Amino acid sequence: MTDAPRCAVAITDVSKVFNPGRANEVHALDAISLRIDEGAFVSLIGPSGCGKSTLLRLIGALTHPTGGGVRVNDKSADQARLDRDYGMAFQTSGLFKWRSVTENIELPLQLMGWSKAARRERAVEMLELVKLEEFANHYPREMSGGMRQRVAIARALSFRPSLLLMDEPFGALDEMSREHMQTELLEIWKKTGKTIVFVTHSIPEAVFLSQRVIVMSPRPGRITADINVDLGERVFETREAPAFFEKITEVREALRSEEGSA
Amino acid sequence: MIAKALHGFGPAGVVGAGSLAFWELSLLLIRPDGFVLPPPSAILVALFENFDEIWVATRSTGYIVITGLIGGVVLGVAWALLISRFRLANETLTPLAISLNAIPIIALAPIFNAWFGLLSPVSNQAIVVILVFFPVFINTTKGLTDVGATELELMRSYAASSWQIARTVRIPNALPYFFTSLKIASSLAVIGAIVAEYFGGRQDALGPFIVQNAGLTRYTEAWAAVLAGSAMGILLYLLSGVLERVSMPWRPASETMGSWDP
Repeated sequence: MTDAPRCAVAITDVSKVFNPGRANEVHALDAISLRIDEGAFVSLIGPSGCGKSTLLRLIGALTHPTGGGVRVNDKSADQARLDRDYGMAFQTSGLFKWRSVTENIELPLQLMGWSKAARRERAVEMLELVKLEEFANHYPREMSGGMRQRVAIARALSFRPSLLLMDEPFGALDEMSREHMQTELLEIWKKTGKTIVFVTHSIPEAVFLSQRVIVMSPRPGRITADINVDLGERVFETREAPAFFEKITEVREALRSEEGSA
Repeated sequence: MIAKALHGFGPAGVVGAGSLAFWELSLLLIRPDGFVLPPPSAILVALFENFDEIWVATRSTGYIVITGLIGGVVLGVAWALLISRFRLANETLTPLAISLNAIPIIALAPIFNAWFGLLSPVSNQAIVVILVFFPVFINTTKGLTDVGATELELMRSYAASSWQIARTVRIPNALPYFFTSLKIASSLAVIGAIVAEYFGGRQDALGPFIVQNAGLTRYTEAWAAVLAGSAMGILLYLLSGVLERVSMPWRPASETMGSWDP
């Protein structure tokens, strides 16, 4: 039993209703159950309105379920948030333009009351991890979208949370930066061993990155397929391998069967 | 550095000198007596001939302007901080601020004179404070509350306290808004002070100087005092611009449009 991986996220029969009882009531999520092992890379994919971002926010306790329970690292999601168990990255980098790259990465550490020296040391380490050492003193406006996302990832990891929640972080990037960032993210994942929950609407992205792809459907948001992806070590050639395309087809079929039934 | 500064002066200098030349020459052609509108050269001569008296008046008005400006800015910023922090304060103080602004403030001058004494500077200061308050309050409030959802979610994911959010996000975000309002307020303060002085307050100030000289048909002298008031307004505007640059070093020059930046 000791060999079984610990459970990082446990979602049990969760539903989420926005504006309950009012004219604009929305059933965002219904009967969602999901367990994510520690150290796993899991993607949530589905059409817009399927509640994938809402599900991610429930894990982060940025919003709360109407029914059911969310546990993170065997604590309530709220407690996990207060314990800073997770880091978060969004589609827009959310960097503060009045802070340099280093100061942006130091922000969570500053909020936690770290000393200046300790903060600086960790920021240097994080810049190395995302390969932006020479941009330490730049301001966000001087960087490309991909570089800003790397800073945002460095910031999310700066306080070494065990869990990384990512909401379409590469959604605004061009195709080439996007593939580059995917490779970088996998490298970071391998080096740090974090659990990563990744929301995306790109099928190849989900398949390339994850060990598991959770397919969701809208109105109300439900999990309709849980697809294991075993492509071994991801290298450049992975994107051209037949097994890669087979998985893409499998996910696409799962998404389409949803449209049909809806 | 000096060459760069002079380069910035170039176009403005040409336009300024051109307008003055046009003013001077067209008067020579249309109304050589220069009775109602004197030529710029005559105004400059009057300024130097009455320099001592105008200098004393400018200092006297300057005192009202500076103290009123500081008072109005402190009040406006404090009010904005309060209402961005507490919903109850927003619901009660915002309508109060708006009704305060709806009063024709200059019309209060004679009433304030009755309250504070006809020759007391306090009534003039009060007018300037109320005039300055509103633009500072409105803009600063906008800056404090105009923070993106991503940024706020990010801060919540760090379990940041509302004071931490204010200090690290809201206040830096409000700085550009605040400085825009400061530029508006600095001109308003000069206008408010001089008009208030028409009704009372210290008699050695620019307002009484203009009223008395215009009453004696000494229009050139009145214009010289107007010139001194304009110089004060320009100086305060430039000072606001310098403060803006110093407190927001992260901003590129293109974002500080409207601040005069040689």
